[in-house]
Amino acid sequence: MFFYHALQINEAQCTGCSRCMKICPTEAIRIHDNAAAISESRCIDCGKCFKICPSKAIYIKQDDFESIFNFPCRVALIPSVFLGQFPNDISVSRIYAILQEIGFTHVFETDSSTTVYTNAKNRYFVEHKDNLPHISTFCPAIVRLIQVKFPGLVDNLIPIKAPIDITAMYVRKKFKEEKIYKDDEVGIFYITPCAAKIAAVKSPVGEDKSNVDGVINMDALYNRVWKRIKEQGSSYKETKLPIAQLSSDSILTSLTNGERRMSIARHSYAIDEIDNVIEFLEKIENDEIEDVEFLELRACDQSCAGGNLTCNNRFLTCEKMFARARYVADKERNGERTRESEMEKEHEYLLHNMSLGEIEPRSMLSLDSDISKALEKMNKINTLRDKLPQKDCGICGAPTCDAFAEDIVCHNRDIEECIFMKGC
Amino acid sequence: MHLEYTIIEGDFVNAGAASSSIKKTLKQLNVNPSIIKRVVVALYEAEVNAIAHAYGGIITADIDSNNICISVADKGPGIPDIEWAMQEGNSTASPEVRDMGFGAGMGLPNIKKNVDKLEVKSTVGVGTTVTMEVKIC
Repeated sequence: MFFYHALQINEAQCTGCSRCMKICPTEAIRIHDNAAAISESRCIDCGKCFKICPSKAIYIKQDDFESIFNFPCRVALIPSVFLGQFPNDISVSRIYAILQEIGFTHVFETDSSTTVYTNAKNRYFVEHKDNLPHISTFCPAIVRLIQVKFPGLVDNLIPIKAPIDITAMYVRKKFKEEKIYKDDEVGIFYITPCAAKIAAVKSPVGEDKSNVDGVINMDALYNRVWKRIKEQGSSYKETKLPIAQLSSDSILTSLTNGERRMSIARHSYAIDEIDNVIEFLEKIENDEIEDVEFLELRACDQSCAGGNLTCNNRFLTCEKMFARARYVADKERNGERTRESEMEKEHEYLLHNMSLGEIEPRSMLSLDSDISKALEKMNKINTLRDKLPQKDCGICGAPTCDAFAEDIVCHNRDIEECIFMKGC
Repeated sequence: MHLEYTIIEGDFVNAGAASSSIKKTLKQLNVNPSIIKRVVVALYEAEVNAIAHAYGGIITADIDSNNICISVADKGPGIPDIEWAMQEGNSTASPEVRDMGFGAGMGLPNIKKNVDKLEVKSTVGVGTTVTMEVKIC
């Protein structure tokens, strides 16, 4: 099995300080020869390691910006969070214009497919009340978390593509029908707020290939846009460009409660930040919370506004997005704006093509696929556990003594690597 | 594999601790998720029973490559009529416990639904032992 991870370690820069190893929610990191190494099958791309690294040794690999020029038709797919990075006096239309100046031929907003996305989920809710609670697949880090840590909840994931994929699918169809470009001449590039979305594009779960051709990190594009804004200086004259008619609901989808507020499920929760999510899923798995119908779970605090590639304080970003939504909501109340009318025409086509295939559990906890062998290993681990100092110092290169005991039994590590056990 | 946990009377805060620990063990043994779920649901009920209605007790779990056998032994007050208690809706819970959302009389019936074998032994004034068995492969 191949799992693409955008999170990479620059070994020359890594000091082996072990902060990343200690904070990783799936214990995917070990320190070997003074440098961190990420386990491909355990990593869920949440990016906690990236945020905590003091020496900037962990980076998020992106596609080369110049690769957009391999395509005659270059589409920028921007999430609302991107627009939320800029101050209020920089208009949406100005950012659209700059994106076209620096190389893109078209700009689409990812969240414009929210209405059709919400409808599909609500329809699914009505038709599948046998496997409650339904868990949203909006956040790719959450999908991966459930696959590796909560395999028993995989069937609760809603098998519907996320808005980024729906919008990309819409863009492809639109260009196909316009017949100006051939399909392989259209390059769709997503401006990502996080590492998990990159993994979702490069090795999607539940589908063979993504409709998105490449990924540009949000911080890198932010710098390019700002450079243009500075060049334009105060002499810039606003020219109104046609921009996407996003509804106020759509603007807020990627924030916490964005999906929950539009769900028809009554007993639902919106939970952000990965450790909060894990704590809650433990309870869900034990059936400790009754009658839950829908869960909106996001890996980052303040959801996508807190994504590890965003450039501004997440609370400021949220407020900017709320301001944009309020402005649109006022117009909606006065009947000045309609909902995503353009995409509305393709509603049925999109609804028919947005199902995900099977999402496989791939438990990271399993010691062996054979129960007798797993029991044998577990007995060995328990014996070792009693010997180890239980200080969880991490000097051996494993996050805890328990994890080290497991590594000794399953990955041929030597107990002598523990400084307390040396020569014992 | 033998595991043991102590239950303290009235310690609702830690209800579910034994269930979570056993859940992790079963995940490590690569037991089918739907079987794990049944074990955990049954055990959680039994755990809450011992915390809410009894004076604490001990949980032991024995796992081999075919079965998990869990016994929850509490220190009283005991169930006078086990057959009656096995029926849905019947409960001996005090009003205080009911106020906390427990004691709806679904405990034992819910355990029974989720396990392959259930045995309840009780002596009034001495205690109740609930023994349950689930095939894990």
